[in-house]
Amino acid sequence: MKGRTMKLIHTRAHRDTASGRRIAAFAAIATTVALVATGCAAATPGDSGGSDGDGATEALSIAFLPKQLNNPYTDVVLSGGKAGTEEIGGEYSVVGPLEASASSQVSFINTLTQQGTKVIVIAANDPDAVGPALEEARAAGAKIVAFDSDTNPDYRDVFISQVVSKDVALIQVEQIAEQIGGSGEIAILSATANATNQNEWIKFIEEELASNPEYADITLVAKVYGDDDDAKSFQEAQGLLSAYPNLKGIISPTTVGIAATARYLSTTDFKGKVALVGLGLPNEMREFVKDGTVKEFALWDPAQLGYVAAFAGQALVDGTITGAVGDTFMAGELGEKEVGEGGIVIVGPPTRFNADNIDDYDF
Amino acid sequence: MSERTIVRSGEGVPATTAGTLPVRVRSRWTRILLSRDAVMFYALIAVVVYAYTQVPYFASTQTVGFLLLDVIPILLIAMPMALVIITGEIDLSVASTVGLTSAVMGVLFQAGVPIGVVLVLCLLLGTVLGAVNGFLVTALGLPSLAVTIGTLALYRGFALVVIGDNAVANFPQELTRFSTSKLGDTGIPVVMLLVLAVALVFGVLLHFTPFGRALVALGFNKEAAAFVGIRVGRAKFWLFVSTGLVSSLAGIFWTLRYSSARSDNATGIELAVIAAVLLGGVSIFGGTGSIPGVIIGVLLIGTINYTLRLARFSDVVLSIVTGALLIASVVAPSIAEWARGRLHARRTARLELQRAAAQ
Repeated sequence: MKGRTMKLIHTRAHRDTASGRRIAAFAAIATTVALVATGCAAATPGDSGGSDGDGATEALSIAFLPKQLNNPYTDVVLSGGKAGTEEIGGEYSVVGPLEASASSQVSFINTLTQQGTKVIVIAANDPDAVGPALEEARAAGAKIVAFDSDTNPDYRDVFISQVVSKDVALIQVEQIAEQIGGSGEIAILSATANATNQNEWIKFIEEELASNPEYADITLVAKVYGDDDDAKSFQEAQGLLSAYPNLKGIISPTTVGIAATARYLSTTDFKGKVALVGLGLPNEMREFVKDGTVKEFALWDPAQLGYVAAFAGQALVDGTITGAVGDTFMAGELGEKEVGEGGIVIVGPPTRFNADNIDDYDF
Repeated sequence: MSERTIVRSGEGVPATTAGTLPVRVRSRWTRILLSRDAVMFYALIAVVVYAYTQVPYFASTQTVGFLLLDVIPILLIAMPMALVIITGEIDLSVASTVGLTSAVMGVLFQAGVPIGVVLVLCLLLGTVLGAVNGFLVTALGLPSLAVTIGTLALYRGFALVVIGDNAVANFPQELTRFSTSKLGDTGIPVVMLLVLAVALVFGVLLHFTPFGRALVALGFNKEAAAFVGIRVGRAKFWLFVSTGLVSSLAGIFWTLRYSSARSDNATGIELAVIAAVLLGGVSIFGGTGSIPGVIIGVLLIGTINYTLRLARFSDVVLSIVTGALLIASVVAPSIAEWARGRLHARRTARLELQRAAAQ
């Protein structure tokens, strides 16, 4: 036994020196390469800034950075952004993470900065996490348009908001109150726990429920988060209904959440008995409105958001607006838009969708 | 392994002495230049050269800064993770440790605790979280896969309890600026010095200390290692403590770099870390791997991702490329091994035939 042990250790010792040499060799090669690389990089500092000079002849580059790609709502917003950019004659591009996490957007902002993008249109997953990267982009000459979900106002030029946040919250409270007859337990199924827009709406919903005497008999019993993930939202809906047997209604201010909840309700006895309102896409909600799972929900036309954002970007670049209160610019077929308090541009009021009008919309 | 020992003892001796088969003698340099780490290094250089010449905007000092800032958390955690995997264990809770550290950092800072104290407490927290993993794995003898899947969920859950749906963003500007500051005009982040120090510690630990060699032996064969007198449990315990500690360090960096303390910070990066470690040549079964290899693995994935992003490929392509690369890196050595085995067998058979004919 001992002999064998000794041999094992002996072999190890051999390998030790071998790996030692290997490391030394590596260090040597790595240092050389590093030196060469930095040498080259230092020799070509003009490369990154060079695109600025011929910017006048180039098409205006407008890059959209949504919260996450492959999200049906985002796709509609982006279709508007594309239409707007093309009308301006700009160069349209979309980049973005697959998961709506706070820090994942930073790398994309960095690459856009490096590419010398003129306008970055961003829906922030976190108002502050993108801050330093956006500051760097602005230092490099980019204009920042926030849309859908705002960044910290320090880091952007204007924010394109679908509608007044409070209106979005109020219409949802109104709808749920109508549908449950003004009293009973309700719950909220939101997106991620950190989403700026969701939390703002939820805050207004809570305030309205607490302050308006008409809603005195409605109790908000739970807030759950489906993370804008279909399966997780589905499970959260399921969980809500088993945890609160007296639940009369659910508000889901997110398109993923409301569709998943509707799908769950439509397959259970709760169909038609538990009310469901929130913000949904007509194309995704159509079948549930027609089979009676959902009576009425709300949304704005998301495409207008991207459309106005593209025009705002152009207006910032050519100096028509600076993001100050009272600045106005033309947003194509949507007409004149005005920059309001806090650099916010409002696109339009929310629309109610029900069995009567849902077939008029295709998005 | 045994083959190499033979090679070495055969140095200087005529290859065909009676009774032994001829062994091809490779010089030390050939061996170094053909090693797995070296091949990975060539791949990295190839990617850099390609990107440098073909991808617009890659050739600037900004690239170095942005790219390194992106890989720093992964590079940091990959160091202790490599050691853990070399011993045949795994730690999936690292990203959740980052998240919980970030959450605690935010809450403590908001409560008015001086930032210096906050940082110390955060590192302490990481040590404790790692020790919990280590205790469950070594003292209770539970499989690390199961334990750390558990703590992955548990620590993330704690993070949500601690900070909820809030985000703390108002950290001192000197610190947040420091976290992204560069060394002069080189574009290299200052924090890389810290990362280098960590890499050096773990590199020396693994390659130049008896403890490190014991870890490799442990990964080869736990029973044999125990017989040789290696304290298997204790070694593993300290490794889990080190992943916890380094993860909390990564958590502090993450929070300052993105100047946002949130419960969902770094979600899912445990997989990026493990992918890079495996790509760097560490066997998932334990027993082999080197720190330089892991560093190259991390940089290779980081550079490919950055290049693809700069060339405007979508993230879908990124994840497909990373996945394919990982599979290739795991499969390639096996294929090479198999081919070498075939070659060796054929050569042996031919020589036996020759010898039989001669007699």
